[in-house]
Amino acid sequence: MRQTFEHELEELFQDLLYMGGLVKKTIQKAVNSLKTHDLEGAREVIEKDDVIDELELKIEEKCMSLIARQQPMARDLRKIGTALKIITDLERIADHSTDIARITLRIGDEPHIKPLVDIPRMAEIAQDMVNKALEAFIHEDVGLAHEVCNLDDSVDQLHNQIFRELLTYMLEDTKNIKQATHLLFVSSSLERIGDHATNLGEWLIYMVTGKRKELND
Amino acid sequence: MAQNAFDIRSLNLWYGTNKVLKDINLAIPSQGVTAIIGPSGCGKSSFLKTLNRMVDRIPIARWKGEIFFNGFDILKKDIDLVALRSEVGMVFQQPNPFPKSIYDNVAYGPRIHGQKNKNRLNEIVEQSLRDAALWDEVKNNLRHPALSLSGGQQQRLCIARALAVKPKILLMDEPCSALDPVATARIEDLIAELQEKYPILIVTHNMQQAARISHKTAFFLQGEVIEFDRTQKLFTNPDDTRTEDYITGRFG
Repeated sequence: MRQTFEHELEELFQDLLYMGGLVKKTIQKAVNSLKTHDLEGAREVIEKDDVIDELELKIEEKCMSLIARQQPMARDLRKIGTALKIITDLERIADHSTDIARITLRIGDEPHIKPLVDIPRMAEIAQDMVNKALEAFIHEDVGLAHEVCNLDDSVDQLHNQIFRELLTYMLEDTKNIKQATHLLFVSSSLERIGDHATNLGEWLIYMVTGKRKELND
Repeated sequence: MAQNAFDIRSLNLWYGTNKVLKDINLAIPSQGVTAIIGPSGCGKSSFLKTLNRMVDRIPIARWKGEIFFNGFDILKKDIDLVALRSEVGMVFQQPNPFPKSIYDNVAYGPRIHGQKNKNRLNEIVEQSLRDAALWDEVKNNLRHPALSLSGGQQQRLCIARALAVKPKILLMDEPCSALDPVATARIEDLIAELQEKYPILIVTHNMQQAARISHKTAFFLQGEVIEFDRTQKLFTNPDDTRTEDYITGRFG
């Protein structure tokens, strides 16, 4: 029953996962470009952002149309409501990747004040969080969503660590301040990405159980 | 004031050997709008008919259980059915005004109950028509035949007729299913106003309508109450998978 509706709902989630896949890739790509001074790669991340913005609008439109035409209830309603909310989180994650790519362009060929170790680690965890969150959506797996939220603690810890470390570089030599500040923005963007990934987990839990849970305190 | 408009306890209803209501336990609140939803043949209309003993008109009907209303078990044989039916107002699917004038339709009930004072009758008619949001449209044509009104107006006239005898609760059986969307919206607005003065129990096939206008919703299936909860809860996160299947259209 309601085959057209089921089909459209299925399609909506395919689009959502496709968008999620694109967004996920921007994180690693942005940080790799930063690490290797790959300016071309950074430009690609920035260009991808337009595609992701368009996808957000397209999915938003589908959600509104489903609500208007199908009057979804219960689980269907929660699915569509969740889709509407998480596209914002996904789009913001891509924005943060873009911010990192812009910093890469600004740093250009100028050598790094220190070898980048913790920032790539942070990016790896953040990407893993987004990846797990998307997996959780595919399998409607509440346990996996909880894991995503737990990972956020390590991202926050790394952010604090990076902050303290960069501070010492700035105190050591004022010429470091400019790049250290840039790198601090990168760390801050990754920290925000972790928060958005946590939101994805929270929405998955709502979608499956009907209960809103704050998992990020 | 009693906690509940109706307290239904272990209500069972048979038509011949066919059991149409199975052990219904339900407390209809004395405030707000309560909706009953469910597929055709689930017993929701039969349930409504037991609440004002219209079920007595069905010769093969038998029932067991208790329905407390105003402190009395209205399923008892010796209950005053005329009094009961004036306290439990009913509005039906098809607007069914009497083939009389607009005025006489509304004055019908009070006259039966012995109201002969002309001024008093005028007051009751005006107030009832105002409460039913029909007064402004008919105040200059009170002597016109009720059947000259549009379907939506006729339905509001039927509501005014029910209000004229000062009911304690209003039952509505699919009151909008014969109306167009504009007339439906007027009735829904009216329900939102009326529920401040009268508890309302409405049976509807239209789930969106139940979701729009009610505070609590009961889901009936094959003569049983499957779930009864706050409307918000029932339509966003029902407890029972049968409710979920029905309201998401995946039933059957």
